[in-house]
Amino acid sequence: MVLPLLNATKLKTFLLQMSDSKDKNELNRRQFLGNMLKTACGVGLVGLGLAAYSKRASTMPANYIRPPGALPEEDFLGACIRCGLCVRDCPYDILFLGEVGDEVATGTPYFIARTGPCEMCEEIPCVVACPTNALDHDLKDIEESRMGLAVLIDQETCIAFHGLRCEVCFNVCPIRNRAITLDMQHNPRSGKHALFIPVVHSDACTGCGLCERACILEEAAIKVFPMHLAKGQLGSHYRLGWKEKEKAGEALVTPDTEHRYNLPDGVRYDLQGEGLIIDGEAEETPFSSNPLDTLNSGFMDK
Amino acid sequence: MKLTRRDFIKSNAVAAAASVAGVTLPVSSAVAADADDGIRWDKAACRYCGTGCSVLMGVRDGKVVASQGDPDAPVNKGLNCIKGYFLPKILYGEDRLTKPLLRKTNGKYDKNGKFEAVSWEEAFQTMAEKWVAARKAKGPKGVGMFGSGQWTVWEGYAAQKLLKAGFRSNSLEPNARHCMASAVGAFMRAFGIDEPMGCYDDLEHADVFVLWGANMAEMHPILWSRLTDTRLTKPGCEVHVLSTFEHRCYELADNGMIFEPQTDLAILNYIANYIIQNKAYNKEFIDKHVNFTKTPTDIGYGLRATDPREKAAKNRNKGKLSKISFEEYAKSVEPYTLEYTSKLSKVPKDQLLKLAKAYADPNKKVASYWTMGFNQHTRGVWVNGLCYNVHLLMGKIAEPGNSPFSLTGQPSACGTAREVGTFTHRLPADLVTKKDAHCKFAEKTWKLPAGTIPRANGKTDGADQTDISGKPMGKTLIHAVAMHRALNDGKMNTFWVMCNNNMQAAANMNDESYPGWRNPDNFITVSDPYPTVSAQAADLILPTAMWIEKEGAYGNAERRTQFWRQQVAAPGESKSDVWQVMEFAKYVKVKDVWPEDLIAKMPEYADKTLFDVLYANGQVDKFPVEQVTDSRGNKYENDESKDFGFYVQKGLFEEYRLFNSAEGIPKKGHEMADFDAYHKVRGLRWPVIDGKETLWRFREGYDPHVAKGEGVKFYGKPDGRANIITAPYEPAAEPPDKEYDLWLCTGRVLEHWHSGSMTRRVPELYRAVPDAVVYMHPKDAKKRRLRNGANAKLTTRRGEIVCKVDTKGRNKCPEGLVFVPWFDAGRLVNKLTLDQTDPLSKETDYKKCGVKITRA
Repeated sequence: MVLPLLNATKLKTFLLQMSDSKDKNELNRRQFLGNMLKTACGVGLVGLGLAAYSKRASTMPANYIRPPGALPEEDFLGACIRCGLCVRDCPYDILFLGEVGDEVATGTPYFIARTGPCEMCEEIPCVVACPTNALDHDLKDIEESRMGLAVLIDQETCIAFHGLRCEVCFNVCPIRNRAITLDMQHNPRSGKHALFIPVVHSDACTGCGLCERACILEEAAIKVFPMHLAKGQLGSHYRLGWKEKEKAGEALVTPDTEHRYNLPDGVRYDLQGEGLIIDGEAEETPFSSNPLDTLNSGFMDK
Repeated sequence: MKLTRRDFIKSNAVAAAASVAGVTLPVSSAVAADADDGIRWDKAACRYCGTGCSVLMGVRDGKVVASQGDPDAPVNKGLNCIKGYFLPKILYGEDRLTKPLLRKTNGKYDKNGKFEAVSWEEAFQTMAEKWVAARKAKGPKGVGMFGSGQWTVWEGYAAQKLLKAGFRSNSLEPNARHCMASAVGAFMRAFGIDEPMGCYDDLEHADVFVLWGANMAEMHPILWSRLTDTRLTKPGCEVHVLSTFEHRCYELADNGMIFEPQTDLAILNYIANYIIQNKAYNKEFIDKHVNFTKTPTDIGYGLRATDPREKAAKNRNKGKLSKISFEEYAKSVEPYTLEYTSKLSKVPKDQLLKLAKAYADPNKKVASYWTMGFNQHTRGVWVNGLCYNVHLLMGKIAEPGNSPFSLTGQPSACGTAREVGTFTHRLPADLVTKKDAHCKFAEKTWKLPAGTIPRANGKTDGADQTDISGKPMGKTLIHAVAMHRALNDGKMNTFWVMCNNNMQAAANMNDESYPGWRNPDNFITVSDPYPTVSAQAADLILPTAMWIEKEGAYGNAERRTQFWRQQVAAPGESKSDVWQVMEFAKYVKVKDVWPEDLIAKMPEYADKTLFDVLYANGQVDKFPVEQVTDSRGNKYENDESKDFGFYVQKGLFEEYRLFNSAEGIPKKGHEMADFDAYHKVRGLRWPVIDGKETLWRFREGYDPHVAKGEGVKFYGKPDGRANIITAPYEPAAEPPDKEYDLWLCTGRVLEHWHSGSMTRRVPELYRAVPDAVVYMHPKDAKKRRLRNGANAKLTTRRGEIVCKVDTKGRNKCPEGLVFVPWFDAGRLVNKLTLDQTDPLSKETDYKKCGVKITRA
């Protein structure tokens, strides 16, 4: 006997939810906001200690992203007065407020990129609405915001890594060709196609999440995470040599004097380029470029 | 992914065990081990573009549950683009049509009624009455059919017979008229035989790639990844890209050029001039293999004859070539100096020079690619030809890597529209209705009386053909754009649109298409799987089995013919196009549409139906129904064979082969393998002779039609020589002016196929690119007080639409030009476009008209 598909699907959804975040799509956000404002002065809420908030912050689900301009999490929690005005002024209705019992500080705003990413309004109305600077009013250019960072987290399922021509994340990215670029590579498996690998650049990515929403996989391979989860850090002592040289516009130390080598005729050495170069190697003649070689080698018939 | 209960229990057990062990497993990977149990895999050609990728479709319990790129397909080696990735979903849109629908009021057909479900019998009965009446009253152009480069080969072939032989009407056109007609015109003029001489292997063999009005990065995604790979891996490889706006191909370009619309004509003449001035041309090649000719100029813009631009044209619609000398040719391109061309085209001189040098370098192999930028052009045949001129001057043609290559838009524009010849003027295998002998050959092959097929001029053996009305047949050709005009004027009264969405696709919807279809005198039938814009504007809608819901064959841009078996059944009462064409033929009797003098030649046909004489002719019905199987013993349905009682596809294909592969055919060079051979291979590139494919045509060693010692032979022409055809720069029909101050260019995006009727029903693709936007330069936007994301109103002399402004996206327009994709049924950009055509190819120019943009 086979159960009706619907039931199986429901059960699967339930299972997935055990490891996945809550889907907040069906929440009546306005209604909830109204309730929140009514209870904002309630003693219960005030009674919650800062310690509890901090604990919440550190355990905030990885896919909950703060609005543009949000101060570093601890400062943000200190500054946010849970007024909900950012939520009210978001023209795309993407922001939620944490509820009692949530793993995010109650009354604080966040969005979930997969279902409702930040649409990157030029006027940044959520920031303008913030009465306390919890969303930093110094943020004037939405492209300067750093809500989080997109991470191409699953290279096994991202079809671009297999050579399929998708590039939807690249195409929807509002910081075109800067936050996500395509790294074109030879596809050794097919031997004659190129790979177009999306690469995220933290110096330009705002963490808006438009890429995560658009990802055509059943579970997105590119996801936005809060910066502290997404970003690695190079050892503070280490520099990438070629980048330093590019920055300086010249070598950081005195360049070498000219190198000279012991080489047979017809062979050159290019120190910075190809290395050993054997002249005439590619030519399709059985003769050396030096006629003496031919003359001295005897008859070539075997 | 759907899980069965068994899978679920299994996965649950695995998950439970895993959780005991302290591991969390994603559910899907836990079941992946045997989720593929019972899937039957079989090959098919991708449903979308002319690239012709092969895919494997996985079917279980009568449903496509999985898909993959075919790893053994030479074109795509297991890869797909994003549309191909979602192929299974195009079959399962929630709003598939499942019953014939007829507009009715009070139980009777009414042009202004509401759609009601009817039986196939009622549908065809109603349709047949209208068709017979229109055919009698309005002559051969009174009825019309508009098919598709997405038809399977035999669907086009069946329709070809129904219209040309059955209804004795040349009013058959494919949507390829909007797409490839200019390319065809140029092939015939230059080489006397259609389709490219090269193949996709040129992508690995060229040193230089030049893109002329082709956004391969998005429109031929898999070919683009091959070109990119060559650019990445081959030392010295360079890529030149020319377009009227910057698109995704410019990401790879070594020399990216934006030119003023229409000045591609001048740029190509400049290159020819550069080659001649520098004596870089291949003298031996042109002495042996080339004729020099010129074409009449000032030929109009394919508009209605009443348009002032047509009245002003000195040589309206003229294209007869006349021979000139090399010196005369050289003189004709002399005015196209670097100075002049740079000024006209707005391309910097150094970039033009770099391009010219690439073509002129005898040591560099050059492949030129083009698509709609060249073809949808009021001088499309000319500009295609100008590109051949450059290749012919250098002798850089018909060998690996040296290849002028016209990329096809649709999956079977080559295989069906062009090879089967579903155009008003064509018959299968490059035969044409203007040649009496070709028509006679077709009639003999089809076992029909001589004089059945209407000649272009209505005359056979010098005498008038008689129409069913008793009057002389008269001139019979009518191209796609003229069909909409004829509907509008009431000269054509029935129109059957199949496997395309012409209400959305045809230019000038407001003035021509829509009033034509809704003209109370007219009866419009649309066959489609989905309720498209065309279906909405129809009177009768026929629910259609699509793609792998039938046995099919497509022919791609490199002459590769690919077959597939029926994988699943179509929903409800849906029927394939080939079934519809053949079944409808049962509702029309020979005597309803043929005159007495013709019937007198074969009186036994008088009371037969068109089905009897066209398809039950002892040839098409020759092969009995057989159980379709593959080499692994899997069994496949074939609904058409079941319904008609013979192997429909095989019969049609084998009769079609009498035109291209039999002894004594009028035009050699299109030979194909037999039906069964194609089911065993990932396609074969024709001409296929003795089971061997042809990769490069016209060159000794590669092409069996070129004899030993001939070297190169353009055997489509009687003297074996190709034509270099000089043609000048001439301005566009509707350049921007004070009021309509921007150029409007339309086209496609990677994520959507054509009018979006399939891809917009895939939620992921819809989410990726939901709506059409107008791509424009930030300065043009700012001047109009528009910013990125704002709503803009686009107005032309013909209509207006509203869409969002995009100043940051994938297409970067220069100041003065905007680009709008046409996939969006919610923003019908063809309300704006002008129904201008190349006067020679009759292909619409969708790339150039004046538009005004304001805040909405």
